[in-house]
Amino acid sequence: MELASYFQLLLSGITVGSIYGLTALGFTIIFNTTGIINFAQGEFVMLGGMLAVFALKGFKLGVLPSIFISVVVTTIIGAAIERITIRPVRGGAVLNLIIATIGVSIFIRGVIMFVFGKDTYGFPQFTGDIPLTFWGVAIMPQSLWVIAVTVLLLLWLFFFFKKTIFGKAMLACSHDRKASYLVGISVNKMVLASFAISALVGAIGGAILTPITLTSYDVGIMLGLKGFSACIIGGLGNPFGAAFGGIILGILESFGAGLISSAYKDAFAFFILLVLLFFRPTGLLGLSKIERV
Amino acid sequence: MSGFKKDGLSVFCFVLLLLAVPFFLTNVYYINTLTLSAIHAIIAVGLNLLMGYAGQVSLGHAAFYGIAAYTSAILTTTYGLPIPLGMVIGILLSGFIAYIIGIPTLKLKGHYLAMATLGFGVIVYIFFNETIELTGGPSGFRGVPRLALFGFTFESDLSYYYLTSLTLAFIIVLSLNLINSRIGRALKAIHTSETAAQVFGIPIAKYKLFVFVISALYAGLAGVLYVHNLSFVAPSSFGFNFSVELVTMVVLGGMARIWGSVIGAFFLTILPEFLRFFENIEIMLYGAILIVFIIFMPEGIAGSIVKIFAAWRARKSDV
Repeated sequence: MELASYFQLLLSGITVGSIYGLTALGFTIIFNTTGIINFAQGEFVMLGGMLAVFALKGFKLGVLPSIFISVVVTTIIGAAIERITIRPVRGGAVLNLIIATIGVSIFIRGVIMFVFGKDTYGFPQFTGDIPLTFWGVAIMPQSLWVIAVTVLLLLWLFFFFKKTIFGKAMLACSHDRKASYLVGISVNKMVLASFAISALVGAIGGAILTPITLTSYDVGIMLGLKGFSACIIGGLGNPFGAAFGGIILGILESFGAGLISSAYKDAFAFFILLVLLFFRPTGLLGLSKIERV
Repeated sequence: MSGFKKDGLSVFCFVLLLLAVPFFLTNVYYINTLTLSAIHAIIAVGLNLLMGYAGQVSLGHAAFYGIAAYTSAILTTTYGLPIPLGMVIGILLSGFIAYIIGIPTLKLKGHYLAMATLGFGVIVYIFFNETIELTGGPSGFRGVPRLALFGFTFESDLSYYYLTSLTLAFIIVLSLNLINSRIGRALKAIHTSETAAQVFGIPIAKYKLFVFVISALYAGLAGVLYVHNLSFVAPSSFGFNFSVELVTMVVLGGMARIWGSVIGAFFLTILPEFLRFFENIEIMLYGAILIVFIIFMPEGIAGSIVKIFAAWRARKSDV
């Protein structure tokens, strides 16, 4: 195989990996503030894509307004999920929380299937679909969009958690909920915000990826699973690890599909997940603390 | 009345009820639906041991059901193995794979098992679809022999109904005994407080793994019963939706209540027969049931029945 083809695989891996990274980041934000693994995380990504398609086709809006609306609506849905289904069972058994988020996840999937059917939908690329060629490597403009938006989003989150008082309060919750409560931080508000921000990040990821991979009501399962695998690769609870894990997973998957077999493309994430849990549950970077029993 | 006698009596009544049903319901279609309900109930009871007693959830139980079904189907049809041998190998394979997945995930605190089984279920589903030479791919695997044990072939639907009903009754007795044993008490201790249980010297990870493997074996048993009844399997029966349906059966019936899972399984298997548009709202409905029951009725149908019964008794004794 030519060198250019390797670059091609690497580039498509980084593109899709960016979205896995954003999904993983969504998991991390909720996990850090609440200790919950949100099984509906993949659904946020699906909603970001499906609602954008719906706004574009149903209301004949432009590309940007459609994405804006879908992201806003998904963020509101994220907040509503916390308020309606998570808050009543918070503090209960972990199992009940997990089941509540699973319930939410399949409910959302069911509603979208009922409304839009089982069809696969596409979304136009933001700036045309003529590939740019550099030294024999063809780059879709949308890939650049995905990578650029992901980097901007990461920078914004970094700024938010390090420099704003609200972000710092959320970080405080992740370190010690009780202590944060005692110094006057409204834990309820922070948990609500963590769901909203997770939904926002997921929805943006879904909207920018849809022009490349298409979308349908059931893409959330796979995206959620891969986002979680990315979390484990980077070490659960570590936001930079999550983004890093996403990129690594995207690249591995892209090479796996290109060099081994594309039929089992989706199986790689799972094998990586299981092998890491077996040998290195703290992630490749080894930064997270994992409790063993 | 002691717990053991009470359990024995309820199982006895349940068996009588199941055996009596065909005298009232003569339609073969209804009998087949009940057979399927009993098969689902076997998986749900096992899943409930995992959810209600070990506090873990599996989102890939459809895969264990499917692995046993396909294994037995392929071994007996393609390779001509005797049916009982194919069934045993199928069930054991499901249990063995659960063991492999359970070791790394159940050692960690938290819900790694849920995500790992979710991934596992998806992969197995892909595998069933892609290995066309082995499994027949998306269009399914045909010509599986009907069950024959000790020279008797379960040719009629009625005989198969009796077989699955009695198997279910046996599984219920087994599970009730398990809960009332040393293992069951250890699991209850883990459920109440993992730290306290650990202090008492209960090996938490080992017990969780044990229950997970048991639940996979139950699913495997259901799988081989399913395949040698229908004589046909297709991947669509073992997808993610079915795994979720199984979890819904347990939550609907009531976690940590064996009879609840039986109620949940029969209810959710029979319900589609009455709802014409079920296919369109199926997923939405499961989601809604999970959310509403976890928030408002975490004890499920069985728990509520017990509560109402207890309140009624208390009122009666007041008078």
